[in-house]
Amino acid sequence: MFYLFLFLIFYSSSFAQPELPQLSNWANDYTSTLSPQELQQLNFRLKSYEDTTTNQLVSLMIASLDGYPLEEYSFEVAERNKIGTKEKSNGVLFLVVKNDKKMRIEVGYGLEGVLPDALSSSIIRNEITPYFRKNEYYAGITSGINAIIAAIGSEYKSDFKEKSNGISISGIIILLLIIFIIISFIPKSGRIGRSGGYIYHGGSWGSGGFGGGSSSGFGGFSGGGGSFGGGGSSGSW
Amino acid sequence: MKKGTIIGLSIAGIIILLLVILISWGISTYNNLVTINEEVNQSWSQVENQYQRRADLIPNLVNTVKGYADFERGVLTDVTEARAKVSQFNITPEVLNDPQAFQKFEQLQGNLSSALSRLLVTVENYPNLKANENFLQLQAQLEGTENRISVERRKFNLTVQNYNTTIKRFPSAFFAGIFGFREKSYFKSIPGSEAPPKVEF
Repeated sequence: MFYLFLFLIFYSSSFAQPELPQLSNWANDYTSTLSPQELQQLNFRLKSYEDTTTNQLVSLMIASLDGYPLEEYSFEVAERNKIGTKEKSNGVLFLVVKNDKKMRIEVGYGLEGVLPDALSSSIIRNEITPYFRKNEYYAGITSGINAIIAAIGSEYKSDFKEKSNGISISGIIILLLIIFIIISFIPKSGRIGRSGGYIYHGGSWGSGGFGGGSSSGFGGFSGGGGSFGGGGSSGSW
Repeated sequence: MKKGTIIGLSIAGIIILLLVILISWGISTYNNLVTINEEVNQSWSQVENQYQRRADLIPNLVNTVKGYADFERGVLTDVTEARAKVSQFNITPEVLNDPQAFQKFEQLQGNLSSALSRLLVTVENYPNLKANENFLQLQAQLEGTENRISVERRKFNLTVQNYNTTIKRFPSAFFAGIFGFREKSYFKSIPGSEAPPKVEF
C-alpha cells in the first residue's frame, strides 16, 4: 500500500518536472556529447564493476533542469531506478547537467560510510571540475568514476548467492505440496490426461516480484531496489 | 431437543460467530495501525538523526570560522544561540502526538537553518575562508546534512500521510478511536528553509 502510494507520488510528479528517465544502461548521455565508443567503454567499465562488486554506479548526463532543484531531481532519478541492491543500498548516481553547469554525486544509504559528503565534494572539485571547465566531458566523467570506484571499491564483494535469482527450495516444496493437494481434490473423472502434464501448466511461477525496474534486452542495466537518503554532494563549474 | 432450544442455540452460535469475526477484525486492524505507527516512528527517528548530525557539525564550523579574526561576531552568535536552543529542546516520542510541541521543534530547527544560511552567505566576503580546505569540507558536510534533512522530512510526511488517512478512514477510524491512535502533524515547509543553504562559487 505504502509503496503504491510512493509510486503514485513519483508518477504524478513526473509530469511537473524534467523527464525522469528509466535508465537501461550504466552510462547514459541524453545530450549526445559523448561518442558512442566512449559511452560503450564507460558502460562496459561500470557493468563489469557491478559484476565484481554488486555496487551499482550509474552516470547520467542531461541538458538542463529548467530551474528544477538539482538535489530533488537527482534523488528522484536514483530512487526511481532503484540503483543499488535492496539489501545493501549500494548505488551511486553521478548526474551531470551540462547546460546548467551543475553536477551531483548521489550516494545510496549503504555507501554513505565509505563515500561521505566531504569526499564526494572533494571528488567533484578536484577530479571532475578541472576537466569540465575545459569542456572535456569524457575525461571528467572517467576521472570522477575512477575516484568514486577508488573510494568505494573495497566496500562490498560480489556474492554469488545473490546472482541465483531463482526460487528457494522451501518455495518449491510448498508449491509441490499445493499442487499435490489440488490434484488429490480433483474428482476422478477430471484426472484424465493428468500425465499430459498440467503440473507445468502455467509455467509462470516465480516470475513475479524479482528485481526492480524493467530489464530491457540483453545485458541492460536494471536497478536492484536500492534506496537513497539524500547523501552525496553537489557542485558547479 | 425442543424446537426452542435449537433456535436459541443457533442464535447464540451466530452471535458468538459475529463476535469472533469482530474481534479478529479488530485485532488485524489494530496490528495494521501498530505497523504504520511504527513506520512513522521509524521515519521520525531518521529525521531526528539528521537534525542531530547537523547540530554536531556546528561547533566545528563555528570554530573554523572563528579563526578569521575579523569575522562578523553577530552571525556566529546567532548560530550558536540557535543551536543551544535546539539542543535544550527535549525531544520525547510524545512530540509526534502533540501538535504544539511539534510546531515548536520545527520552529527552533527553522531558526537554526536560517542562522546557518546567513553564516554561509556571509562567508562569501572572506575569500581566504572560502578557499580553506577544512572549511570546504565542513560546508560539504553541512550541505549534505541539509539535503538529508529535507529528504527525511519528505519521507516522514509520506508515512504520516499514510497513517493519518488510515486512522481517519472507515472502518479503521472506528478502531483507531477505541485504541487511542491520534492524528499526527506534518512538517510544513517554511519558505526558504526547505532548500539547503546554497553558496555559489
